[in-house]
Amino acid sequence: MKRLSRYRRHKFAGPAVLLAALFTIGTTFSIATALPSQQRMEVSAQTTMVEEGKQIFARGCSSCHGLNAEGGAIAPSLIGVGAASVDFQVGTGRMPMADMSQQAMRKKPVYNEQETAALAAYVASLAPGPASVTNASLTWERDGNVAQGGELFRTNCAMCHNFAAQGGALSNGKYAPTLMDAQPKQIYEAMITGPQSMPKFSNNTITPAEKLSIIKWIKAAQNEPSLGGASLGRVGPVTEGLLVWTLGLGLLIGVAVWLAAKAR
Amino acid sequence: MSAKNRIASGVAGYVDDRTGAAKWLKKNLTKVFPDHWSFMLGEIALYSFIILLLSGTFLTFWFDPSQREVIYNGSYAPLSHVTMSASYASTLHISFDVRGGLLMRQIHHWAALIFMAAIVAHLLRVFFTGAFRKPREFNWLIGVGLVTLGIVEGFLGYSLPDDLLSGTGIRIAEAILQAIPVVGSYLSFFAFGGAFPGHVFIPRIYTVHVLLLPGIFLALITIHLMLVWYQKHTQYPGPGRTEQNVVGYPLMPVYMAKAGGFFFIVFGVTAFLGGVASINPIWLYGPYTPGQISAGSQPDWYMGWLDGLVRMSPPIETHAFGHTISWNILLPGLILPGILFTGMALYPFIESWITGDKREHHLLDRPRNVPNRTALGAMSLTFMMISLINGGNDIIATHFHLTINGIMWFTRIGLIVVPPIAFVITKRICLSLQRADRELVLHGKETGRLVMLPHGEFVEVHEPISAQKAWTLTQHLQPEALMVEGADENGVRNPAGLKGKIRARISKANAEQVAAPTLTEFKELEGGHH
Ligand code: HEC
Ligand code: HEC
Ligand code: HEM
Repeated sequence: MKRLSRYRRHKFAGPAVLLAALFTIGTTFSIATALPSQQRMEVSAQTTMVEEGKQIFARGCSSCHGLNAEGGAIAPSLIGVGAASVDFQVGTGRMPMADMSQQAMRKKPVYNEQETAALAAYVASLAPGPASVTNASLTWERDGNVAQGGELFRTNCAMCHNFAAQGGALSNGKYAPTLMDAQPKQIYEAMITGPQSMPKFSNNTITPAEKLSIIKWIKAAQNEPSLGGASLGRVGPVTEGLLVWTLGLGLLIGVAVWLAAKAR
Repeated sequence: MSAKNRIASGVAGYVDDRTGAAKWLKKNLTKVFPDHWSFMLGEIALYSFIILLLSGTFLTFWFDPSQREVIYNGSYAPLSHVTMSASYASTLHISFDVRGGLLMRQIHHWAALIFMAAIVAHLLRVFFTGAFRKPREFNWLIGVGLVTLGIVEGFLGYSLPDDLLSGTGIRIAEAILQAIPVVGSYLSFFAFGGAFPGHVFIPRIYTVHVLLLPGIFLALITIHLMLVWYQKHTQYPGPGRTEQNVVGYPLMPVYMAKAGGFFFIVFGVTAFLGGVASINPIWLYGPYTPGQISAGSQPDWYMGWLDGLVRMSPPIETHAFGHTISWNILLPGLILPGILFTGMALYPFIESWITGDKREHHLLDRPRNVPNRTALGAMSLTFMMISLINGGNDIIATHFHLTINGIMWFTRIGLIVVPPIAFVITKRICLSLQRADRELVLHGKETGRLVMLPHGEFVEVHEPISAQKAWTLTQHLQPEALMVEGADENGVRNPAGLKGKIRARISKANAEQVAAPTLTEFKELEGGHH
């Protein structure tokens, strides 16, 4: 404040204040006038997106999910699942499902970003549901807290996805996948939509801010350096035991055989 | 005599006059040890124990065995400001902020795994070669004690850092403790000084891990080695080797040089593993909190079979007198291991009861010549392997795209069905190997050369094997089935009672052998060799 009051008497102070005031008024006005037209444009873009999505859906998804996404004998209804679910399922390549195996697997996405967005818009137009997010809109790098994210992950996710997010087995051949390839938006969407055996984590159980922390921790886990040598898959003592009986004892017995043979 | 030698002999003489060491040394340093790679398995165990002592002592300098809550502010960023126990924080400190600390932790843990693997391999060698027979039954008992304590020591060791994985293990141990009828909950209350997890458990197991058990280990290992010393080492059968002698190298210098070199090799392999492969990365597991658990939580391999048994046991509980008996924990966690280890400890006595053999044995058996024992060993090993597989069922499921439930049912049924099959197959294999030995002795080895006899018949030329080899293949004793006192040939109305009947039956099965060729048979064939 002291500093500001010093500048008050500066000879440029008057003109500067005037300039700032004009600028503010000008931009506010231009934004205010621009808003309705932008909205109008968005709405029309939205309708074309929905149209496009509907067409892609008819070609790629309706065989299982029904012509109007009402669901069928083999696949559930998508009415009300929201854009988030579609963005997650299609963005991770799970949908369209390749074979009716135990569980849709993560694979290379069939549709590009624009087509995915169109599909999401179409499904969202059927009934309201959780909206999709973009990687850029998630400020996990700035607002997340790794240590808190780790705590939350161990409490809510590790029982299925393993302590280092390497994935784990569930009953009857189902599994929680590794999270090593998951993008921030997919992590977020997985939490709000709860795909398949994964529970939904509403904003009451895990707040949006906490979700960002979880994302930050998972991103850190993806880049976790191999401290102390080869990581052995980060699945716990099973691989350690395997290594000790093969390489460890194998080497030692090899030497023992060699030593005993040398003596003869 | 040079001045140097004069001084040396002066000192030696001085010491000898006062201790009589020269005679003792001469007697012991020229003691002979037979040589075979399988005799070095015990050495691997011994050397890794020494490595454990050294690396463990290093760890004690910084490890803080306390469950006091602290807030972490060390250099591992993903855990900074997390609340944790002092023991977890100090293990992080050793890993990241003590020079060489992580390497030392990894060496300590790898050495523990090698220690247990070597003990088990050593035990198998002793079992399959019959080295536990009279007069070595005590050493067998000590060995069984060492494996059992090794399992406990390892479990307590990896529980010390108080991380999420080991905390889960302690939780299971607590459940097993509580499942003991009537006294279970009191025992648990006593061990944890109140409700789980409490604040006293880590400090207590620390004392046991670094003081009590290592002390017992040292004592047992000393007795174990002294017995080997005084009873002399067994040897594999061969020409010139009898029940009365030991053929091998003198302790000094050959054996000592070899053993010393081997220590450094064991140390080298352990340090190599510690340097290149991560083990027990507790910073990834996170601190223990009762509300958390990770997928794929496993114990170290030497506990894996126990975990596998617990995982496969069906949920059976009974309620009696206001107590709930959880058979699903009690049976696989306590009763079955109890039976297995008691059976293992008593085996030398059981075998000598079956065979009636009370003689001393210093020549080892070739496993094929004792089909029943070998088959029994294969059967037990199969049992353990199947349990162990189920211990890792979740990891196997994800990595081989199988279902946990499938593996569980496979192992549940397999645990009962496969070991007997392993028994039968192993026994068959042993008997056919005996038959092959017999052929080899009587007819020599096949040369692959065909010769046409004058009348046009083709025969393959067999080359007689050396006398040494023939001796090795035929020297073993083939005990007759035991004639239990008073049993008639049908075994009916046996005055010795049911026990005698069982004994006669087992003894008969035990004595099933392919007759080793006798000298007369051999001589007969010598005449008209074809
Ligand atoms: C081969 C059949 C098949 C095809 C083709 C298919 N799906 Fe699915 N879909 C399923 C099944 C089965 C499920 C439910 C089980 C699952 O999620 O794996 C499902 C689930 C979904 C879900 C999750 C629903 C929820 O409850 O959140 C979405 C979203 C979805 N599909 C979108 C699509 C889209 C978009 C396409 C086209 C690009 C598509 N699916 C193509 C079979 C199919
Ligand atoms: C009950 C077990 C369970 C829990 C708890 C759970 N998940 Fe999942 N998770 C799953 C399963 C099963 C899938 C696979 C769903 C599918 O294939 O459609 C999955 C998939 C995911 C995916 C997509 C992975 C990819 O690469 O495609 C992410 C990301 C994810 N989970 C994050 C989380 C987070 C974060 C938490 C904790 C807040 C969590 N999960 C808790 C079972 C679980
Ligand atoms: C006198 C001998 C020993 C001492 C002083 C000792 C000391 C210690 C200490 C202080 C720890 C905790 C620190 C840490 O985890 O980094 C520890 C952990 C451990 N000890 Fe020992 N120990 C000894 C012998 C043994 C033996 C004989 C075994 C195995 C049979 C063993 C197995 C373990 C294991 C598996 C751990 C966990 C290591 C880890 O977390 O990485 N220790 N020991």
